[in-house]
Amino acid sequence: MSFTIVPAGESAVSVEFEDRVDRAVNARVIAVADTIQRAGHSGVRDIVPTYRSVAVYFDPLRVDYTSLIDGLERAAAAPAPDDVVDASAVRIPVCYGDDLGPDLASVASFARASEDEVVRLHSGRTYRVFMLGFVAGFAYMGTVDDRIAMPRHATPRTRVPLGSVGIASTQTGVYPAETPGGWQLIGRTPIKPFDPRRPDPFLLKAGDSVQFYPIDRPEYDAWPST
Amino acid sequence: MAIHVIRPGMLTTVQDTGRWGYQSRGVPVAGPMDPVSHRLANALIGNDPGAATLEITLLGPELEFESERIVAIAGAEFDVTVDERSAPVGAAFVVAAGTRLRFGARARGSRAYLAISGGVAVPEVLGSRATHVISAMGGIDGRPLRAGDRLPLGAATGARAAAPPADRIVPLPDKPARLRVLAGPQRERFAADALDALQSAPYTIAPNSDRMGFRLTGPKLTHAGSADIISDATPLGVLQVPASGQPILLMADRQTSGGYPKIATLIAADLAVAGQLAPGDEIVFELCTPRDAMAALIAQEQVLLRVERA
Repeated sequence: MSFTIVPAGESAVSVEFEDRVDRAVNARVIAVADTIQRAGHSGVRDIVPTYRSVAVYFDPLRVDYTSLIDGLERAAAAPAPDDVVDASAVRIPVCYGDDLGPDLASVASFARASEDEVVRLHSGRTYRVFMLGFVAGFAYMGTVDDRIAMPRHATPRTRVPLGSVGIASTQTGVYPAETPGGWQLIGRTPIKPFDPRRPDPFLLKAGDSVQFYPIDRPEYDAWPST
Repeated sequence: MAIHVIRPGMLTTVQDTGRWGYQSRGVPVAGPMDPVSHRLANALIGNDPGAATLEITLLGPELEFESERIVAIAGAEFDVTVDERSAPVGAAFVVAAGTRLRFGARARGSRAYLAISGGVAVPEVLGSRATHVISAMGGIDGRPLRAGDRLPLGAATGARAAAPPADRIVPLPDKPARLRVLAGPQRERFAADALDALQSAPYTIAPNSDRMGFRLTGPKLTHAGSADIISDATPLGVLQVPASGQPILLMADRQTSGGYPKIATLIAADLAVAGQLAPGDEIVFELCTPRDAMAALIAQEQVLLRVERA
């Protein structure tokens, strides 16, 4: 798998793989990020894996640049990791539809299917977390079944409630905070993707497998708050 | 041991060097818009470089001190008084218990940094006290200061009132400001003449600019292909260019990733200049070499280290 290492200013480099959204490409990205994290190069401030590239931010006055680039080249050229589906998928309960999923009906008409069928399709797959971004704890997951891959709203909502589960074309995700947002909201989870008071504040990391499963409204309402 | 906020100013936030290390989880870095003035203010009073300061924007606050503290202000030039007596900018001075520090008229620059011995001791979130207003994280409940707030302070150990005043390390921006950039990381996604266009005339910072980024209006930058890319990481100081061809300079509160091609990146040594700009200001971009970028950064670091070790 080909790659290039591109500087982004004097304080960052980006290792770029093939220009597509793809599980194997993304697995490569995460393997490089993990290798560089473990190597513990001094002067490195942050390592950010995304769909098809890894950005490494560093203090240019305190990094051993040659050693960092050597490490990145070796990691990027290493054999690709097996793209095994993680058996220990993170399971996320979702109460679909009604006021918690105000766009379920329009996704159903987009899919020319019943709302139950949309729920079955959305919860019937194990998704990969390709990357996190947008706000703390927001995981871009994919890919959803083409039938329910409805594009986002032309005009975003100004306020999407915390825990909302949405679809944007082939991606799905959970809003970890109340923010503006344009995704099609099909349900809501009582679990917080991000809570700075938890020992591990983040529910998900890049590379995780995620399985959504339906719960009913009484279960949602009774879910213990964490 | 605290400071009471009498008037908050226009946008006063608690900032430290930023929330690094969590961008892989989508957590924005935040931190000071002008990192050199933030560090200099701390250095002038012997604070740790990572101590939290107050970033003061355009219109400054009025603060009452519960206990005596050594303070220093660096960055934008404000008239500062302590109980009606004029106080210096760029030097340490003492604020007695029960007196009020007041920011008055601003002459030049946009952001001043007030360092207080012991630092502002709000709780850390993910290892940082930096305020990120959009995600309501850090600082005081993740928001700018309000009248009536009480800012806790750390123990004032190792503070020194007698630190020599420091000359300005980074000059406040000229009009227009000159900012040096390095090409990339995605210059190949632009037309061959786009880097020339970037340098051909000044850009103006649009009114809807903030700590996330400066929206710029000026020469149009033409993409070679699509203006959408698969989202990737967004470095501090990068110029991302949406379909409009009008670049956005990403600043302290930027999101961790974005889906627009990035034509060039501000050199680290010029972040401090950019951090002193505000809507309406003009910028002239100049392409420079990695060698010049490093030389400028090393020169800046040497001056900062001299103050820190004085």
